[in-house]
Order: sequence, then structure tokens, then C-alpha cells
Amino acid sequence: MVNNNENNSSSSFTPDEVMRYSRHMIMDQVGPSGQRSIKQARVLVVGAGGLGSPVATYLALGGVGKIGIVDFDVVDLSNLQRQILHSTNDVGKPKIESAKESLLAYNPNIEVVTFEEPLVADNAFKIINDFDIIVNGADNFATRYLVCDAAYLKKKTVIDGSVLLFDGQATVYKPGSGCYRCLYPAPPPPGLVPSCAEAGVLGAMTGLVGSIQATETFKEILGIGDSLIGRLVLIDSLSMDFRIMKIKQDPNCPLCGDNPTINELIDYDQFCGTAPLKEVHS
Amino acid sequence: MTINVRMAAVIQKITNNQKEFVSEGSNIKDLIQNIEKEFPGFKNHILTDSNEVHQFLNIYVNDEDIRFLSNLETAIKDGDVISFLPALAGGSF
Repeated sequence: MVNNNENNSSSSFTPDEVMRYSRHMIMDQVGPSGQRSIKQARVLVVGAGGLGSPVATYLALGGVGKIGIVDFDVVDLSNLQRQILHSTNDVGKPKIESAKESLLAYNPNIEVVTFEEPLVADNAFKIINDFDIIVNGADNFATRYLVCDAAYLKKKTVIDGSVLLFDGQATVYKPGSGCYRCLYPAPPPPGLVPSCAEAGVLGAMTGLVGSIQATETFKEILGIGDSLIGRLVLIDSLSMDFRIMKIKQDPNCPLCGDNPTINELIDYDQFCGTAPLKEVHS
Repeated sequence: MTINVRMAAVIQKITNNQKEFVSEGSNIKDLIQNIEKEFPGFKNHILTDSNEVHQFLNIYVNDEDIRFLSNLETAIKDGDVISFLPALAGGSF
């Protein structure tokens, strides 16, 4: 459960908020105190795209008090098949701008903090420092390894998800219980595993996986249920087959293993053999 | 012995777009060799030149990662489901 000792307006609700969150607060597992934890939670969403859109939307609707969004792209017509934070009139606008407008339109009682820059080693600690939970919706391996390392080194929980074609995956990494490097020690060579832009993705799949990520985020904030920590959900939407695989902490992991060799952030473009993000998206 | 093999969508092209098929083998190494006979080139996608599993791909026996069992020597039995799962990065900015 997220601990936040702020003792200000974030610990009380207006009558409108009580009405807005009534379907949460009526549940024994949430109640007023759980909703207060949600209000005091600080969640960073990496990417305002396919996964970031449904995640951020449900976090906002559910009353997460502070939502950070980091993205440096602008809305493209090809995004609108799946990215529900943006609409036709937003084409050409910075994604963080339309994301903030959409989230505050859904719920004006929350704070939305935006970072219009790529998440890179130079700014990662500064950006994630103010948040308790990091939701990973990145579309590239360099950012995925960066989020993994930065979150582990700063002792933050990562709610991870990915989609491609008709498949999706989701899991949760908490420091001390395994990390992305335990699951995949190294990225594939560039070009071997295609991106959504190259291979395509069923738009609705981003909603399915993003909703799982949002659900896991609320569970983490509330400290309820059985987290996906140590478990990888695999979804094959063509057969609508859901499977769960075990993820174990690797004692040889260079980040969280018995003898770690990664004690600070590295050059992730070099590690993944990719071009810097600004060049990729320019 | 019948082993059920499942391929993640992103690598199904190396098995002629077959998502699931049946093969044989007493351990993972045997299985890969048998699949290679049916789909030439399969082994090179799964193993490095030094015959280790690529680090961006995991092989599961049912829900267990073979790295935490006996790796390529992991014994498999009739009815087991073997999954080949590469890392996915798609979230889409």
C-alpha cells in the first residue's frame, strides 16, 4: 500500500467526490480510507499512447491524486485507432497536452503533471522521484530497460505491459521480487522483434492490457488481492486464451541479483543497439 | 510422446505461421532438434551459435521457465506444453 503522510486537502473529500467515487467507496476492500489512499497516490505513466491512454484514463476516473505523463511525441492520425486519450481534433498536438486535457475533463479533482521529453538516463531519476508507482507503456526496448533499472534503483514498483499483433503481456515488478532483466536479460537485436508500427496491433488489445495495468495499480495502492508480482499474464486474443507463467528472481541478474553490476543508469541506446529516441521519432 | 508447442505471435513466421503444433522429444534440446527437422532454420532463431537460448527469449515448460529448471536438458513428458516467448516492446507512444 502506498504511504503518503501528507495531511492536507488530499485526505478529505468534497460531496461531489464522495458521489463520484461512491462505487469504489461502497466496497469493503476500498471504503473511504482506500479511496483516500488512491487520492494520495502518485503514479507516473510512461507513454501517452496505446497502453498509457487506458491506464491514465482509469487512474484519473478512479481518483488517483497525482498522475504524471511522460511523452515527447505529437498526435498522429495513425494513433487514433487505439489511443483513447486523443481525438481527431488533437492531430498535430503534443500528446501530453491532449492527454492532460482529456484526463482533467474526465476528472478535474486530480493533478496531472506532464513531461514533454523522452525518458532517458539523464532525466529518469528526476522524473520518477516524485512518484510511488511507475506504469510502463513504452514502445521500445531502450525505454523498457531504463524504466526497469531506474525504478529498481529508486525502489519503485513497476506495472508493466506490452502488446503486439493480437498478443499482450502484463506483470508487476517490485524491488526484491525480480525485474525485467530477470525475465529478459538482454534485448533482441534491432529489427528482430518488430514494433507496433512495423507489425501492427489490434487497437482493442491495448485497452485490455492497459486495463489490467490500471487494475494492478489500484491493487498496489490499496494493498489488496494477489498482485501479478512473480507472474506474467499472457493473452492471445485470437483464441482469447489467458495464461499465467511464473517469473522468478534471477540470482545472476546484473541489476537485482546476488552480485549486481548495474548500480547506476547506463547508455540504453548502446545497450539495445538503437538510435536515440529523439532521432527515432523525429 | 506428444509435446504441445506454442509460439508467440511475433515469432510464428518461423513455424510457417503455426501458433500451435505437436512435436516430440525427451528434453528441450531434443524437442528443438525435432522442430528444426520440420521447420528448417528454427534452431537458429532460438539458440545462439554456442547453443544457448537467446537472452531475449524464454522457453517455458507449462508455467516454468527452463532457466530455473535444467535449461536445455529439462526433461519433458507427454502432454507438456512448451511455449517460446520472446520479449515484446510494443506499448506504442
